[in-house]
Amino acid sequence: MIKVKINGQEQSWDGDPDLPLLWFLRDETGLTGTKYGCGQALCGACTVIVDKQAVRACITSVNDVAGREVTTIEGLHPNGDHPVQKAWRQVNVPQCGFCQTGQIMQAAALLMDNPKPSHDQIREAMSGNICRCGCYQRIENAVHLASTGV
Amino acid sequence: MNFIDNPRKIRGFEKHVRVEKVSRRSILKGLGITGGFVLAAPVMSRQALAYETGAGKMPHGVVVDPRVFVSVAPDGIVTIVGHRSEMGTGVRTSLPLIVAEEMEADWSRVKVQQAHGDEVKFGNQDTDGSRSTRHYLMPMRQIGASARTMLEQAAAKRWGVPATEVKTVNHEVVHSASGRKLGFGELAADAAKESVPSIEGLKLKDPKDFRYLGKGQVGIVDLHDITTGKARYGADVRLPGMKYAVIARPPVTGGKLVSFDPEAALKVPGVEKVMKVQGWPWPSKFQPLGGVAVIARNTGAAIKGRDALKLVWDDGPNGKYDSVAYRKELEEASRKPGLVLRKEGDADAALKGADKVIVGEYYIPHLAHVSMEPPVAVADVKGDKADIWAPVQSPGGTRDDVAKTLGIPEGNVTVNVTLLGGGFGRKSKCDFALEAALLSKELGAPVKVQWTREDDIRNGFLHTVSAERIEAGLDKSGKVIAWRHRSVAPSIASTFAAGTVHQAPFEIGMGLVDMPFEIANISCENPEAAAHTRIGWFRSVSNIPRAFAVQSMVSEIAQATGRDQKETLLALIGSPRIVKPEVKDLWNYGEPQDSYPIDTARLRKVVELVAEKGEWGRQVPKGHGLGIAVHRSFVSYIATIVEVAVDDKGKLTVPRVDTAIDCGTYVNPERIASQIEGAAIMGLSLAKYGEISFKDGKVQQKNFDDFQVVRMDDSPVVTNVYIVPPGPDTPPSGVGEPGVPPFAPALINAIFAATGKRIRSLPIGKQLEA
Repeated sequence: MIKVKINGQEQSWDGDPDLPLLWFLRDETGLTGTKYGCGQALCGACTVIVDKQAVRACITSVNDVAGREVTTIEGLHPNGDHPVQKAWRQVNVPQCGFCQTGQIMQAAALLMDNPKPSHDQIREAMSGNICRCGCYQRIENAVHLASTGV
Repeated sequence: MNFIDNPRKIRGFEKHVRVEKVSRRSILKGLGITGGFVLAAPVMSRQALAYETGAGKMPHGVVVDPRVFVSVAPDGIVTIVGHRSEMGTGVRTSLPLIVAEEMEADWSRVKVQQAHGDEVKFGNQDTDGSRSTRHYLMPMRQIGASARTMLEQAAAKRWGVPATEVKTVNHEVVHSASGRKLGFGELAADAAKESVPSIEGLKLKDPKDFRYLGKGQVGIVDLHDITTGKARYGADVRLPGMKYAVIARPPVTGGKLVSFDPEAALKVPGVEKVMKVQGWPWPSKFQPLGGVAVIARNTGAAIKGRDALKLVWDDGPNGKYDSVAYRKELEEASRKPGLVLRKEGDADAALKGADKVIVGEYYIPHLAHVSMEPPVAVADVKGDKADIWAPVQSPGGTRDDVAKTLGIPEGNVTVNVTLLGGGFGRKSKCDFALEAALLSKELGAPVKVQWTREDDIRNGFLHTVSAERIEAGLDKSGKVIAWRHRSVAPSIASTFAAGTVHQAPFEIGMGLVDMPFEIANISCENPEAAAHTRIGWFRSVSNIPRAFAVQSMVSEIAQATGRDQKETLLALIGSPRIVKPEVKDLWNYGEPQDSYPIDTARLRKVVELVAEKGEWGRQVPKGHGLGIAVHRSFVSYIATIVEVAVDDKGKLTVPRVDTAIDCGTYVNPERIASQIEGAAIMGLSLAKYGEISFKDGKVQQKNFDDFQVVRMDDSPVVTNVYIVPPGPDTPPSGVGEPGVPPFAPALINAIFAATGKRIRSLPIGKQLEA
């Protein structure tokens, strides 16, 4: 039996310990805010935060996070008012929106690590997250806005 | 109480219309594949419109009935139905916003409800072809005005005053003379009993009184849900007892399963069952390819189970499809005469007599859509009833196809439209929903079919592959006197009908025969090309290769004559006029020529606007260059200037993009800007990296590592968007797709300006290195 804390709540899993965290979250726990985009850590749609670090849930097994603290988009802020989320809305970032939860989690992790990133640092840190609609200009602006106070 | 009592009662004026080859589905009739597709489509009264669109000719036409689209609750909350699919364009906000505008509803008290697939009730729902605002701006205004009129009639009756004395202001009906007011909620029950006013008598708002339209201050309705993970896409649907499935499909189009061994798959923890999926022979429109499904308690187990399957395939007739060899075939065909589609003057003679002939051969490979949400669908089939939840661009077509595939009445199929995690044309094909329906029927349980990214890239409906060859003949003064354009590409029609070798009218009308230049001798030709995989609509469709070829050639002419790119472009466009190409049944995106002619004044205008705002001719640092391109598509006009920087190792970056768009009357400039910003990214992706190639019939790419798209670190630093203010009666035109086509040629022309290297084959790949 694997125990893992997700958004502050203890969850347990007695199935395949190699099950990717992504599918544990989405299919077994019902936390569908974390998205599947590639399954190979190439697109960042499944980004969650594990112990303050951005992690791709598609290549992280449930076993890998045993006893650790996982934060998903659902747990980022109780009312959805994390500075990154507020900035995202202020800048009208999303088009289809599918990759945006992963983008937001990546941006939140970036700001935890580096509260005032430069534009180059933002572009570098966010480059693991693909947006096929092409919202990059606004993502960059929103991360910058979140870092300077929304 | 609300307005929805008997929506079938009022459909406006009904008349039978001929279905033309304008949509995904009506193509079937055009190709003679299905019969009995006669539709009774309501057509709006001409008098009520300042312009006519092709909306009435789409399957099931347009429904203009406030009782179908609007309901008012006693607490005053107005619910407006969004009947088109939201894939990122903002349509789920924009169309209801139009209704709210005309209705004088307060947007903060409006809720949007997504329509399920029902075209008899809602009218055409095919969200494609950059049509939604174009076809629905006026109908949505009429719906809003009708609802407002009914509320006013109800208030006037209650007060015993003539309806002419009352008016609606911000969610209330007021009688100024007596100072009385009634809120929408207080009037809802009575208004529902009022008769629906005739379209002719409707009083539409004066545009100067618009609060929302054209302003761009309203965020999309799903903004909060998207940023908090609550937005529900197809992939997020969960039903009690639902099983998770992934499918192993034939790796070669037209291939078949010979045998399979499920043993190892069944040993994977969480895998419950392995079963065959019915497939259809190629080509068969959107029907499933067939294969073997692994059913599991979660998607991860299903994927692991599929990896463990032992499968034997018969590759069938396309097992030798090879992109290197096929490219040679296309290019050789482009060097010989083909079916002549447009002939003006005598291009052969003029090319022979020309002082100089410039030849450009341009190539663009297959592309995959790779929407961030791969195809996915949930089905719950019980007996002769089917409930579908899916991110589809074609809710009505999906309903038809599910009914036909399961052999049940259409009325027994409910298609619940979720948000789409990107579409780009891929999700106008409902094969994934059909797979889910077939599996659910057999399992007797709800099923989610999830495509992996590998499935998406290897088993999709790809953008075509094109060889475009242009010969331009110049006289001694450098004036272009002859133009011959041969376009060779497998057609989307090949996905519907075996043996297709020529492109369909809707493809040749995308930048080939509608070429707007003022040249005396023109020949547009289409040599034959057979398809060896499923070809489908991809955002902007054939406009991508055509704009690339035509606008690259403009720059090549500028180079040959030592003139400025922009001046060469304007000289070719020529005088402000309406271009009427001599083409039989010229396809105009399904729109009448009267409302949507090829207007070179508008084409010139976007070139001039982008040149002014984008500072054409500005000094740029060493290693930088500027390129320009213009293209009319989806009856909009768009011009783009790209600035590139190429370093001494050949690394390409894009410091700045400027785009001017004339899309006629518009609703939400903020979403127009977002579409154009995104189009630059998609254009850069396809130009820099985009290539799907085949060897031994199989797609050679698999995921974002070998089918790359632009990421933030190589996206344009800034994209500026300029929207041409519309004239008083300019009809609305497309926005979702037109931004992509001019990007690649503007980029390539900029690279030439920066480096002197002319790229004629996409993607750029490593061509700038060394």
